Amino acid sequence: MDRQEYIVELITENKKKASDPTGATIKKDLFAKKGYDMITNVRSGQYLRIYIKAANEAEAKEIVEKMCNELRIFNPVTQDLTILKVSKPD
Amino acid sequence: MTIKIAVIQFPGSNCDLDTIHVLNNVIGVEANLIWHNHFKESNYDGCILPGGFSFGDYWRAGIIAAYSPALEEARKMLKDGRPIIGICNGFQILTEAEFLPGALLKNDSLKFICKWVNIKVENNSTACTNKMNLGDVLSIPIAHAEGRYYTDNLKELEENNQIVFRYSTESGEIIKEANPNGSIDNIAGVCNLEQNCLGLMPHPERASESIISPKKTTDGTLVFESIVEFIKRGFS
Repeated sequence: MDRQEYIVELITENKKKASDPTGATIKKDLFAKKGYDMITNVRSGQYLRIYIKAANEAEAKEIVEKMCNELRIFNPVTQDLTILKVSKPD
Repeated sequence: MTIKIAVIQFPGSNCDLDTIHVLNNVIGVEANLIWHNHFKESNYDGCILPGGFSFGDYWRAGIIAAYSPALEEARKMLKDGRPIIGICNGFQILTEAEFLPGALLKNDSLKFICKWVNIKVENNSTACTNKMNLGDVLSIPIAHAEGRYYTDNLKELEENNQIVFRYSTESGEIIKEANPNGSIDNIAGVCNLEQNCLGLMPHPERASESIISPKKTTDGTLVFESIVEFIKRGFS
């Protein structure tokens, strides 16, 4: 089968019930202090762009999801993982 | 009997040599520094995962070391009841490897905190606390950026007596002001259900000789003496 390269982009972030001091500090000590008091919440996360050879986009996403679960790319106790996008390289 | 304890060294470990020094020269047992790829559990009565920044703490503290061959070896020790202790980064590794419940998040202050704190003994029946009295307050230093203990199963931990140390005042009060990093319920150390595996953020190896203690205390030795006692009793 012809395998093509895909890009899977994902973020991990703390679950809502776990506090996120990085996001809170950006909101309180940067945005609010510089007048952006309309910002109601900021949550930080970590981003990965993974290049993968797969048969199609669905398979690329499936492999990355399986890998992330197996190898704890996100900590299930405290974090959620979101696949943002699957695309082909330019 | 000859007691042999392994101290596992990862790329980026620190205080590994301090731990070896304390075990060899203060406690008086044989301790070997073992590179993480070379560790064979069958040679040892117990093992210690030291502090530091294993694999640079890239992505998340402890996550890469959690997949080291050393953890597979240590898992055999965990299962047959030999003592395992994770200090600081070692604690982070043990939670990531799911030897211990919960997770260690960035300190509330987002700062690396290095200072002496007090911790209260909440469980003195574990492999690493049997030489302590319940309610004892130990003077011991912390040095970490990701030490905020978190669990979504606090009730279960309490019911199972898995909370081993809590940050406290010198007189043993468990209050917010004594909590250096925002850990849930002031938790500084937890154990597994079987109580042969302990993780703690403070560094007992840095608190085992009066010459380097501001209060001339040696409270850290109790952790290592407990391990030795546990081994002498035949792992019970």
